[in-house]
Amino acid sequence: MSESRFLPNFEPIAPFSRLTDSGILDSGESPMSDDAVLEALRYMMLTRVFDDKATSMQRQGRFGTFSSVRGQEASVVGAASALDPTKDWIVPQYREFPALIRHGYPIENFALYFMGNPKGGTIPPNVNMLPMQISLAAQIPQATGLAWGLKMQGGDGVVITFFGDGASSEGDFHESLNLAGIMKAPVIFFLQNNGWAISTPRENQTAARSFAERAIGYGVEGVMVDGNDLLAVHEVTKQAVAKARAGRGPTLIESVTYRTGAHNTADDPTRYIDQQELEKWQQKDPVERIKNYLRSRGIWNENLEQELLDSCAAQIDAAMEIARNTPLATSDALFDHVYAEPPQRMLDQKRDWANRNGDAR
Amino acid sequence: MIEAIRECLGQEMEADNRVVVIGEDVGVLGGVFRATDGLQARFGKERVVDMPLAEGVIVGSGIGLAMSGLRPVIELQFLGFGHQAFHQIGQQVARLRYRSQGRHALPLVIRSPFGGGVRTPELHSDAFEAFYTHTPGLKVVAPATAYDAKGLLAAAMESDDPVLYLEPLKGYRLTKDEVPDERYTVPLGKLRVAREGADVTLIAWSAAVNVAERAAEELSEQGISVEVLDLRSLNPLDIVGISESVAKTGRVAILHEAPLTGGFGGELVATIQQECFYSLEAPIIRISAPDTPYPLGGVEDLYIPDVDRVVAEVVALAKASA
Ligand SMILES: Cc1ncc(C[n+]2csc(CCOP(=O)(O)OP(=O)(O)O)c2C)c(N)n1
Repeated sequence: MSESRFLPNFEPIAPFSRLTDSGILDSGESPMSDDAVLEALRYMMLTRVFDDKATSMQRQGRFGTFSSVRGQEASVVGAASALDPTKDWIVPQYREFPALIRHGYPIENFALYFMGNPKGGTIPPNVNMLPMQISLAAQIPQATGLAWGLKMQGGDGVVITFFGDGASSEGDFHESLNLAGIMKAPVIFFLQNNGWAISTPRENQTAARSFAERAIGYGVEGVMVDGNDLLAVHEVTKQAVAKARAGRGPTLIESVTYRTGAHNTADDPTRYIDQQELEKWQQKDPVERIKNYLRSRGIWNENLEQELLDSCAAQIDAAMEIARNTPLATSDALFDHVYAEPPQRMLDQKRDWANRNGDAR
Repeated sequence: MIEAIRECLGQEMEADNRVVVIGEDVGVLGGVFRATDGLQARFGKERVVDMPLAEGVIVGSGIGLAMSGLRPVIELQFLGFGHQAFHQIGQQVARLRYRSQGRHALPLVIRSPFGGGVRTPELHSDAFEAFYTHTPGLKVVAPATAYDAKGLLAAAMESDDPVLYLEPLKGYRLTKDEVPDERYTVPLGKLRVAREGADVTLIAWSAAVNVAERAAEELSEQGISVEVLDLRSLNPLDIVGISESVAKTGRVAILHEAPLTGGFGGELVATIQQECFYSLEAPIIRISAPDTPYPLGGVEDLYIPDVDRVVAEVVALAKASA
């Protein structure tokens, strides 16, 4: 494949894709083996199971405000599946559940975080990720510095950072692209254009024809990909990873997808979303699309689907069980891990808080 | 309270077509808390604008709008994301008049919900008022009642000084006191005596006022008469109003949601000991969050001072002697 679709040569007419809406591959070779596709599809299904579970728990008051991945499964999984968890880093926003799980972040920690337990923030020592980011775009400069630092120390690790179309309006995004271009940092800016930032449509974020072409101004390559096409997202990300690993610098990937769910469990999209547009995108469901692809390959059937669904449900249930059985945090959780060497005043407060609340929990 | 804010915005926009509202999701959605609900339908997309997601340019362009002759009301979706605009607020909004030696007035209001207790996601709930009270040139108000919410917002919009108008996330919907239909103002810089008392002065603002009032109720059952002061305005500060109360009680407790060190309570302690030294019968106490980051929702109730804690600390204060 030529690199001609990368900006500045790329005319953003249509996002790069490999599969038709009904899951038929173009005449070229698939960038993923059938096994790799099956593994990816399982992550996508796992995400659906988790999202449904979390949403219903939120309705029962057992989960906090939570943003599902609904509609963006191929985008997130396609990108993540191009990474090597042993050396590549993920610097997330908050809508990338399957990428984090594939990278090694425990599902129960993810759940605990959204259940409001600080323990959920725990990242196991061998898992190369930064905490989920709530302050939009704040992670993007950090990813840039991380990549720059890895390169400076001679490693061949690559950093991918996820963020939304909304977040890309923040100065942090622009400042980061600029720096990454200068430093040729091995970082992939993975912009998920899901059409919305809460109620604000993509048109209110930029007058540019695409988000991808913003890269030009920073001397960085940009590419636009069909975010509901697992194969295309995987392929483009893999190329960007290889490029970064080879020392040829950063890439901005605009993954064009659609948030078919609510922004989060506190949101009511019927107030602003165009029902017809939503239905149009529901027709392009990324999970169905890749299932159809596997059907066309003759390796998808109802038995296999049920088998995978059952195993996903069992995995989520087991993780939720651990989360449920994790004791509620005590007041110590306010104080632990704030400093390496805590000031005495804070330690005194920690003792006072424990004395006051000790019996309550 | 949210209705009072919405009503005030509508009345002011009706009366003065220079008023524009800008912010994230303020238009079609009417704000994530619906404070601007219906305003875009009434006043159009030109005057109620869904901005790109960038607080720096929201506040910075608000300065420019004001200098062009408009009177912008900016919504910062959460004060936690005021940091993204802090350079514009701290260095620019607060100082434009001074730096231009009076040439440029800045009739600008920044509204923002803040504070905890409603299980928001991370980084949304800090009580960051002290950053802004440490920013000369900027007025800071934080109403606790719906009545004051409406009247203080009208006063803030009338003022030719920039005002940071803080709305309590907790109580946004719960606080439902009587609000007159007609327009009125509540002066900036005047506290409200939320409850009269003789033994202890308990000072609070925003959502903490409700905690203070409930604690005072319990304390009265224990025979301790607490005067609750709702500051309403942190800058300007009603030093006279505070002094009058302290002269009467001689004992002071300050309640805030923010961490102890560097919190606005410290400023109050210093001011009171200077202004009221000879009235004081015991050391002033501060009841606050600990010196730690605002935590996840599962432990936020341990973080924010609650009624039980206020009662216990005020009981001790009532017994203490200088
Ligand atoms: C700096 C900052 N400003 C505002 C918010 C409030 N907020 C949370 S999510 C969101 C929209 C995000 O949109 P986008 O970046 O496109 O990501 P998406 O949620 O669509 O995946 C907003 C405005 C925030 N979290 N951080």
